[in-house]
Amino acid sequence: MSDTSYSKIIYNGLWVNNPAFVQLLGLCPLLAVSNTVINGLGLGLATTLTLVASNVMVSIIRHWVRPEIRIPVFVLIIASTVTIIELSMNAWFHELYNILGIFIPLIVTNCAIIARAEAFASKNTVSSSFLDGLFMGLGFTAVLVLLGAMREAIGFGTLFQQAHLMFGEAARGFTITLFDDYRGYLLAILPPGAFIGLGFLIAGKNIIDKKRLAREKLLSNEQVEVPAPAAS
Amino acid sequence: MNIIRNMIISAVVLALFAVAGTFFVSYTFDNTIDRINENKRLALLRSIHVLISPTAHDNDIFADIIQVTNKKLLGSKKPVTIYRARKDNKPIAVIVNSIAPDGYNGNIELLVAIQYDGTLAGVRVTHHKETPGLGDAIEDNRSDWIKTFAQKSLVNPETKGWAVKRDGGEFDQFTGATITPRAIVKAVYNTLRYYKEHRDTLYE
Repeated sequence: MSDTSYSKIIYNGLWVNNPAFVQLLGLCPLLAVSNTVINGLGLGLATTLTLVASNVMVSIIRHWVRPEIRIPVFVLIIASTVTIIELSMNAWFHELYNILGIFIPLIVTNCAIIARAEAFASKNTVSSSFLDGLFMGLGFTAVLVLLGAMREAIGFGTLFQQAHLMFGEAARGFTITLFDDYRGYLLAILPPGAFIGLGFLIAGKNIIDKKRLAREKLLSNEQVEVPAPAAS
Repeated sequence: MNIIRNMIISAVVLALFAVAGTFFVSYTFDNTIDRINENKRLALLRSIHVLISPTAHDNDIFADIIQVTNKKLLGSKKPVTIYRARKDNKPIAVIVNSIAPDGYNGNIELLVAIQYDGTLAGVRVTHHKETPGLGDAIEDNRSDWIKTFAQKSLVNPETKGWAVKRDGGEFDQFTGATITPRAIVKAVYNTLRYYKEHRDTLYE
């Protein structure tokens, strides 16, 4: 595989084919856990870890699992991976685990993971599957964090509250209070706030995409009139 | 014959994956279970030590427990754990893991610490599903409401005062959430009544 296709995988995961923005996969954990930055980051990283592990394993076994049993095998791999991550998190990040609670086992049902196993990892090399898992996961995490930041800022008037659950006691001071004496805005914290917030984020992405497309069109028109040296 | 051969191969491959998956999961389980239990124990001990100072007792609270069942006063059909704190074998306090069954969203689990003489050392919420932003002000890191229970007892305030202000009692309710604090006030009051009725048997 050449470098260009690697960068394409990265671009795909983070932007063009972002699991949360474009494929709209894994909405259940996305909407439920994104009420603060730290919750979003925690679940995002756990999902990324699962995606990478399941993509790599599916890619390794892709030649000697018969097509007719590949789905149950994928399910087995994903379920075992998630259980192992859940147990480890409970052992080493106990307080964060208490907050993310039932959403960790629910990673199993995040269809982004089996979708990547089936659509990408079962057809590609181990290294590009690894990369795909990593950047699909990071794309998902980015949306979770962004949505979490929006909801936390509007809902609680803070950013990074309870950072110590993830980064240890030293991080207690990470919390940024945006507005002093803020009474909170309930809608942002409750599930409807997640739907509305995600709607705005997707709309924003579409506007950026449209502007970029328009600019590219303009550029290619100019190139017809004035033959310029080809861009990379 | 070919079909059967294929079926057998598929089944064997699938079974191999199931065995491997089970192996890795049980391996992780064996290696984390002690730590997980220790985490749970420490978390509980931390919440207990917020209510009862670690120097106030010298027994191992986790080894000194009894389980009692009283649906009417402790809020659960299931046995409720009571931790007992002693110093020099003299009773100091009990911590009752009682339940407020009528929260807005189901059970609210409480730690109610009662000193030997029947005054409250304090109350904390250990588990609840109340509405975020409204009912969750019962958590000690969201507001100081739960701390107002310290030093209260069955005679302070009198029975009439054991209700939220809207019901003519002494305790604040929250803007937009009355059911949650009402449930907790009632559960704490009932736990105190249970303690009064059973104090002598509780330390045995």
